[in-house]
Amino acid sequence: MTTTRTEPVPPSALRRLLPGAPAGGGPRSATLLRHLAVAVLAGTLVVLLTNQLPPYQNLQVARVCAFLCVTAGYTVLVGLNGQLSLGHGALMATGAYTVALVQQGLDDRAVRGWWILPGSLLAAVAVTALGGLVVGLAAARLRGPYLAGVTLAVATLVPAVTTIFTGVFNGEQGLRFPAQNPPAALGAYFQPERWLAWIALAAALLTIVLLANLVRSRFGRSLRAVRDDEVAARLAGIPVARTQVLAFVVSAACAGLGGGVYAVLTATVAPGKFPLDLSLFLLMAIVIGGLGSLAGAVWGALLLVALQDLPGLLTDRLDLPAALAQRLEGNLALAVFGLILIVVMLAAPGGLQAGVRALATRLRATVRRAPDR
Amino acid sequence: MRPTTRRVLAAAAGLALLAASTACADDAKQAAENVPGVTDGEVVIGTHQPLTGPAAPGYSKISAATKAYFEHVNSKGGVHGRKIVYKVMDDGYNPANTENVVRKLVLDDKVFALLGGLGTPTHTNVLEFVKTQKVPDLFVSSGSRNWNQPDKYPTTFGWQPDYTVEGKILASWVKREFPGAKVCHFGQNDDFGRDSLAGVEKILGPVAAKQTYTTTNQQVGPAIGALRAAGCQVVISASIPGFTALAMGQAAGQGFKAQWVVSNVGADYTTLSAQLGDKKVILEGMVADNYLPMVGDTTNPWIQEFTKIHQKYNAGNPVDGNAIYGYSMAYTFVQALLAAGPEPTREKLVAAVRKGGFRGPGLTPFRYAENVHAGYSGVRLSRVTGGAQTYFGPTYTTDDGDAPVTEFTEPPTTPPADAVPTA
Repeated sequence: MTTTRTEPVPPSALRRLLPGAPAGGGPRSATLLRHLAVAVLAGTLVVLLTNQLPPYQNLQVARVCAFLCVTAGYTVLVGLNGQLSLGHGALMATGAYTVALVQQGLDDRAVRGWWILPGSLLAAVAVTALGGLVVGLAAARLRGPYLAGVTLAVATLVPAVTTIFTGVFNGEQGLRFPAQNPPAALGAYFQPERWLAWIALAAALLTIVLLANLVRSRFGRSLRAVRDDEVAARLAGIPVARTQVLAFVVSAACAGLGGGVYAVLTATVAPGKFPLDLSLFLLMAIVIGGLGSLAGAVWGALLLVALQDLPGLLTDRLDLPAALAQRLEGNLALAVFGLILIVVMLAAPGGLQAGVRALATRLRATVRRAPDR
Repeated sequence: MRPTTRRVLAAAAGLALLAASTACADDAKQAAENVPGVTDGEVVIGTHQPLTGPAAPGYSKISAATKAYFEHVNSKGGVHGRKIVYKVMDDGYNPANTENVVRKLVLDDKVFALLGGLGTPTHTNVLEFVKTQKVPDLFVSSGSRNWNQPDKYPTTFGWQPDYTVEGKILASWVKREFPGAKVCHFGQNDDFGRDSLAGVEKILGPVAAKQTYTTTNQQVGPAIGALRAAGCQVVISASIPGFTALAMGQAAGQGFKAQWVVSNVGADYTTLSAQLGDKKVILEGMVADNYLPMVGDTTNPWIQEFTKIHQKYNAGNPVDGNAIYGYSMAYTFVQALLAAGPEPTREKLVAAVRKGGFRGPGLTPFRYAENVHAGYSGVRLSRVTGGAQTYFGPTYTTDDGDAPVTEFTEPPTTPPADAVPTA
């Protein structure tokens, strides 16, 4: 199909994870099957991992998976379609509030059932996609810094909206809804955090498989064509505006799912979870991971969660004076994030994933040069 | 199917089987393990506090005092031979952070109990989690009525008088002193402000005007302007110290003169005057309430004992209402831990608080009972005159329902030796 030609950004990062999968040819189902196989493999590994981990670490796994939904969709938009959005924190908030409002509403009417969780997440995806459509329509008319500016405004709106409509969103305090408990079939002592990790994992795998297929499809090629040269894309018969809006909708839907899952992890939602920094952190995460690469999105999600706990860990271990520790708590994550960004951009301009790939290629070359394997 | 795909599929299927067979057997074992956070030598407890952020002025000093008191108790041999370790986590008064740090304390640090988690919006969002983990959640540093729901949250307990009790007593005074005046309410845009307003309106009926603020937005000008335009003569304010200072400063700036009646949590004179700097004269005449010994009262034996501890373990901070709060709450915790017996469990600790009967520095008894998880039952009014905050009038008690506001006449207690409770 594609990929034998040299392209600035390789089409599917997941594909690269497979050793020696020959490119091109083959029926379409092979791509889907391959992605499914990798997803099952990765999923099984994570499930095995969660079986061994204590509760707090499982919660972190769950957070990584929730963020992965967002970073994956975000990296497709920014990396593959070239639209810079700074409003993905707000899109996450949209998903989170939708889940909270739906679950709260159903709970108030004493509606119970296993379908409430997937139902509310689906609603979150739908509502956020709709929001993405609105922002995307405006975005398709704007370029570069202007687009970034508009989406930045959206990100700063979240706290204001929740405060102005206190009756619905309950201001700074936010909303609470019933917590997700593991099904009774798993036993009375099943760790609730493990169950949360599994929910988040399912959402992340679904997102990744769908996106991996999408970026390898005709639509995925249109995304890249539009990114690389809008005039050329138009000459080739690709509807530029529609492609851009669709890219925004897809990306927003992923952010909505991620935000919804993020809310489910604590069974609460508050504007403080979606500050402006979050949108900027998300962008840094996908840049460090490797723009446009789904595997890079995994790195980004890992980093987002790891850096949340880093300041506490350091101040705990180093036994710093209280005043200094306090100052670090607030700012260390930002400083470390910035530092990593600089180092990664110097060492591997394509992001962590590009670095890993280069390393793997070199290793493979060394192995091949050796006389016997 | 390509060979690679087949190989990967086979591996995936194999792993899936393996994953299914690794049953989570250690979960049941872990659940039956010893009491979390309690060893032969230590009891580890934790809290979330606004060491930074909008609520930090004043409140950031509470946990320092609590910690200092535990150091004092530890130096006297601890409780039943165990030293108390108090883990303080900063949440910046941001409910989203609170969820994180409380999960870290309970799941990762495995604390025995939570003590004095600060804030209404912050702590409300961890109630469900605390309930599922069955962690004793003692003496939440907030007067929201949320903590007093034993059926819904069996391990959560309040400590200070709730905002409705406070609102009723403040409003009763206003009703008596300012008959027929236009009384308005200024409150935080969450359960703190709402509970206070509920108490005020139980006594006064609907207020003439009500305005709110949000902790992330320092612009209180429009809200104060609206109160001024409504012609308010008395403003009852349910605000944290930073916002009491902003609101009163803004009112003075706009030339808006009214009698300010401020909830205890936002009325510590030392904190407010530090916030206002040379504008602190506007605090003259401010009426507030308290339920603990007043800081300036150097003849009070509790203040004398706490000041001794303060100078030894907490000298870097001022002796103010926040410090007294921290000491008093820590005192009640030691009483509860003593009552939980030499082999404490989470269940025993909760049962000990439910049994109640503690008396300490507070002016009134606690309301703790089998079906009541609320703390102090009343307050006494105070006024700022000549740069000092002092009590006036009698102590009143009431409840958060329709009980009348009544005078409380029992004399205050005196501290035991070294201000360490004995069994």
